[in-house]
Amino acid sequence: MIEFREVNRDFQVGDQVVHALDTINLNIAAGEYASIMGPSGSGKSTLLNLIGLLDRATAGHYLLNGEDVTTLSDTQQAQTRNQQIGFVFQAFHLVPRLTAAGNVELPLILAGMPVEERRERVAQTLEALNLTDRAHHKPEQLSGGQRQRVAIARATVTEPKVLLADEPTGNLDHRSGRDVVEILEGLNRRGITLLVVTHDAELGERARRRILMRDGRIESDTGPDSERHAQQ
Amino acid sequence: MHSNDVSRFAWGALRGYPTRTLLMLVAMAIGVAAVVVLTALGEGARRYVVGEFTSLGSNLIIVLPGRSETAGVNPSTFMGETPRDLTLADAQALTRNRNVERIAPLNVGAADISWQGRQREVTIIGTNHDMLAVRNWELGLGEFLPDTDLELASPVCVIGSTIRDELFGARRAIGEWVRIGDRRFRVIGVLASEGRSIGVDVQETVLIPVASAQQLFNTPSLFRILVEVKSRDAITQVQQFIIRTLRERHQGEEDVTVITQDAVLATFDRIFSALTYAMGGMAAISLLVAGILIMNVMLVAISQRTSEIGLLKALGAAPQQIVILFLSEALLLSVLGASLGLLLGQLATGVLRQVFPALPAQAPLWAVIMALLVAVVTGVLFSLLPARRAARLDPVLALSRR
Repeated sequence: MIEFREVNRDFQVGDQVVHALDTINLNIAAGEYASIMGPSGSGKSTLLNLIGLLDRATAGHYLLNGEDVTTLSDTQQAQTRNQQIGFVFQAFHLVPRLTAAGNVELPLILAGMPVEERRERVAQTLEALNLTDRAHHKPEQLSGGQRQRVAIARATVTEPKVLLADEPTGNLDHRSGRDVVEILEGLNRRGITLLVVTHDAELGERARRRILMRDGRIESDTGPDSERHAQQ
Repeated sequence: MHSNDVSRFAWGALRGYPTRTLLMLVAMAIGVAAVVVLTALGEGARRYVVGEFTSLGSNLIIVLPGRSETAGVNPSTFMGETPRDLTLADAQALTRNRNVERIAPLNVGAADISWQGRQREVTIIGTNHDMLAVRNWELGLGEFLPDTDLELASPVCVIGSTIRDELFGARRAIGEWVRIGDRRFRVIGVLASEGRSIGVDVQETVLIPVASAQQLFNTPSLFRILVEVKSRDAITQVQQFIIRTLRERHQGEEDVTVITQDAVLATFDRIFSALTYAMGGMAAISLLVAGILIMNVMLVAISQRTSEIGLLKALGAAPQQIVILFLSEALLLSVLGASLGLLLGQLATGVLRQVFPALPAQAPLWAVIMALLVAVVTGVLFSLLPARRAARLDPVLALSRR
């Protein structure tokens, strides 16, 4: 599903070149649940951004579903993001002037889905996340946990194959965080590939595959998700 | 993305930042309103002047002493330079054409008028009985100058209503003797208060027989001869007749200028049209300023909405889609601002018409269309740069900003 071959990501900082990712080789199969952990500056967010096609590798190749996406144009990458990848951010990133339903509808609008179809899809997604009664509330009228659930609804409304979560519980209290994690794990059980970047050891440990990063390299990797293999 | 969704998103974004939106709307509206009001003023002035000339009578030919080399009007036309005199005999000779309805010789000067110790300086117009019909003036009281031989210097006068008010107040003027210069004239009529003429307020003038004016100012020459032609079709023929007749009378020399109403009208029409264009052009500069303001505010908006742009990119918005979203906002703003400006401009023009009824202020259609078009094109053009900058934002950096 996700295959990194000798991927490097360098940043120019003043006169110096910082190797944010250094020769990463990684294979993540469809349906896996992996956590990416490591100290600040270890490259875990850069790795997630590259997987999510928000950033481009300086060298190496990235194959998504067997297709080399490294060479795609910006527009093609945008299309791939829209159709195959969902993002959940620590800061939710909801558009404040739009209602919960309006926020969830955004990726479908960008995809050009007809209005009737997308209204139905939004309603179903909100219902699945117990947000139907919050559909017409603006983000400021929602609790942190509800906001993150709206963000998950937005990330999954296009039925992507990969869900990328960057510190999804970072801005939530313990209980809301636990709810969000359960929702994400539920989505994974239904087949979505789930990658979670976190500082939170407890959350990281819940993943069936744990990747630890340090100084732009993969320091340890528990290896392909054995449970998924067992399921298959 | 469907166009409905684009406009809904743009409208939502505009409503989301009301102060910013209002500022840009006002800037655009002022620009468009300025074009509408200024061109309305120019057009009003043009219509006013054309209207005034038309009120002179459309079949009018004006004969002036001196030859102007170009057709139409030039400065000397109004300065009254006189290389060779036009005389009353010349004027009389012009009546000998069956297409000439009537003529009115003119002699103009300034003199003091007094009555019972009240005195002021006035413009004296020496003319004849037919002047009333030639200029479409109306008489308010009494009678106009008598229909007698042009050479007869009767001591009578017709006064404008302002002169009547100033000299006589509420008292009866008809029949009273006034002193003009060193001569005495009996007031036989008062003009009705409507009459105005280009450059001269008729109500501030005193009319006396042309021969009396020649004696008063001690000159045999005339300032103008107005010739009214029976029909519009005969104007050219009469014009040629006048030139021929006066050349014969002036020893074969063509030393008069004969201008038709149409030529004067066309000249003024051109002058005021150019003035309207110039005013429209100047006002259009404010639209340019509005465009630059839109560009500035859009650039600020992009830095305010960086994280939203990052999010849209993360959700799969292609660079062109971001450009389209921002351009649509600009387009919507421009269209709304321009419409508001049009409304304001028309309102202001309406107020102008109420306050100055004599000036038929009305923005010409071309100015309205151009103002709207320039506003929309400026708004969109000046938003291209900010929109492209938004499209090029790095989504990772954009998302990391709050």
